Amino acid sequence: MSILVFAEHDNTELKPETAKVVHAASQMGDDIHILVAGENCAAVADSAATISGVSKVLVADNGVYKHQLAENIADLVVEMAEGYSHIVAAATTTGKNFMPRVAALLDVAQISDIIGVESDDTFVRPIYAGNAIATVQSADAVKVITVRAASFDAAASEGSAEVASVDVVKDADKSEFVSESLTESERPELTAAEVVISGGRGMQNGENFALLEGIADKLGAAIGASRAAVDAGFVPNDMQVGQTGKIVAPQLYIAVGISGAIQHLAGMKDSKIIVAINKDEEAPIFQVADYGLVGDLFDVLPELEKSL
Amino acid sequence: MKILVPVKRAIDYNVKVRVKSDNSGVDLTNAKMAINPFCEIAVEEAVRLKEQGIAEEVVVVSIGDKACQEQIRTALALGADRGIQVDTDQALDSLQVAKLLAKVVEEESPELVILGKQSIDSDNNQTGQMLAALTGRPQGTFASKVVVEDGKVQVTREIDGGLQTVALALPAIVTTDLRLNEPRYASLPNIMKAKRKPLDVKPAADFGVELTSHVKTLKVTPPPQRKGGIKVADVAELVDKLKNEAKVIS
Repeated sequence: MSILVFAEHDNTELKPETAKVVHAASQMGDDIHILVAGENCAAVADSAATISGVSKVLVADNGVYKHQLAENIADLVVEMAEGYSHIVAAATTTGKNFMPRVAALLDVAQISDIIGVESDDTFVRPIYAGNAIATVQSADAVKVITVRAASFDAAASEGSAEVASVDVVKDADKSEFVSESLTESERPELTAAEVVISGGRGMQNGENFALLEGIADKLGAAIGASRAAVDAGFVPNDMQVGQTGKIVAPQLYIAVGISGAIQHLAGMKDSKIIVAINKDEEAPIFQVADYGLVGDLFDVLPELEKSL
Repeated sequence: MKILVPVKRAIDYNVKVRVKSDNSGVDLTNAKMAINPFCEIAVEEAVRLKEQGIAEEVVVVSIGDKACQEQIRTALALGADRGIQVDTDQALDSLQVAKLLAKVVEEESPELVILGKQSIDSDNNQTGQMLAALTGRPQGTFASKVVVEDGKVQVTREIDGGLQTVALALPAIVTTDLRLNEPRYASLPNIMKAKRKPLDVKPAADFGVELTSHVKTLKVTPPPQRKGGIKVADVAELVDKLKNEAKVIS
């Protein structure tokens, strides 16, 4: 049976999550097709075709898919579903948005945010903010799955799959795109970065996040934040790392002025090396940190920047 | 308009959960339970829409055994008008919950259904989307702002790169993100009043929904424990360790 992987992209660029999802999918079966749905997304399809293990790229290029409205995308995927044993997407806000809709329309359960594949019907996923790991088996005819990209390596890009266009236009006409405001950043994307430096309530205000920038620049790091920092208005919400924000697993995670609540740990405790900088030596973050430095971040950060 | 708000009884978000030693699940005996935080935000949003004169009635529904009446009463104390308990002691997955909710939607025909974006126990993030699919309604997930006007609902959504605003034709389904609002506390008089608000109990079996899940949990284990780290004395030692011991920076 074949596997349909939904490509994560912004119409111009394929996102790194896609190659990771393909890698996860390759553990479920071997005939992998990628669906690229968007508008003027030929370049995305071309890069999807280079992912190793992909045998076919299906491109649905139409204005109705431009903003990936869940209603239209779900109808498209359901229409394409026949013949596939697995339908897989990244557990990004896009995947989380339309995939359960696909599952319900196909009358099957969805397995969310998997971190491991045991076999073609058995998957591993975190529950309770990552405080328990469940192994689940699905008896559904079609497995609808979202994948935690941070838990899988990217598939190589040595493939050359055939690209075919799909002439299915689905417009549910019940929702429309109004506007978007995206956070501009020169830095690597949070979920893909090798190094992440995050600030919490201890940063005290938004201006102080500038203290993280010099360090982030030197390390090629992305900047994240705890919910406390986001709720206090220091930084925008798309920087939030945690159960309800983004899940990251970089090589190095530096938590600055973050106490380490359960909900934050859920988003970063699979990082390879965790560094905590906090003036409270009782802060729970020190229980998961490989290296902890007890000190005032306003002293430590400038010194750290200088010594890198 | 009428707003329906499904709420879930879940473990209190501050509780550190323990996996049972037989790996059958998480130990909830004597654990403090509460209304799922995202559901609380959904109730608050519905009550605010009522206070703005946009909604006439807010109905809360919870699916579970008798214990979930406690969470329905909480929602009533926050300002909802009446409650429905869909009574079952079975553990359901999101699809069955969505199917039962679709039946409630059919009976109640609310113009807006507001749900939390995910429950903090199963972390599925599915029910709202599935309900939207089953009822053929548009969806505005991960909402940080909801504006109802001219027969439409404008939903500002939290997406990975920032924010996106969509306009949905009513009737519609909205799921809440954390930043949508700050839920109020129930006052004692409102808690007393909530006890007299109507609460219907409807057996889940009466809805004619197939309640068996096709997903079986084989085992639940604790996550791998990180081994305790060390404290470094100063920045120089930290940088040295990161370069030479952990080798994560060069």
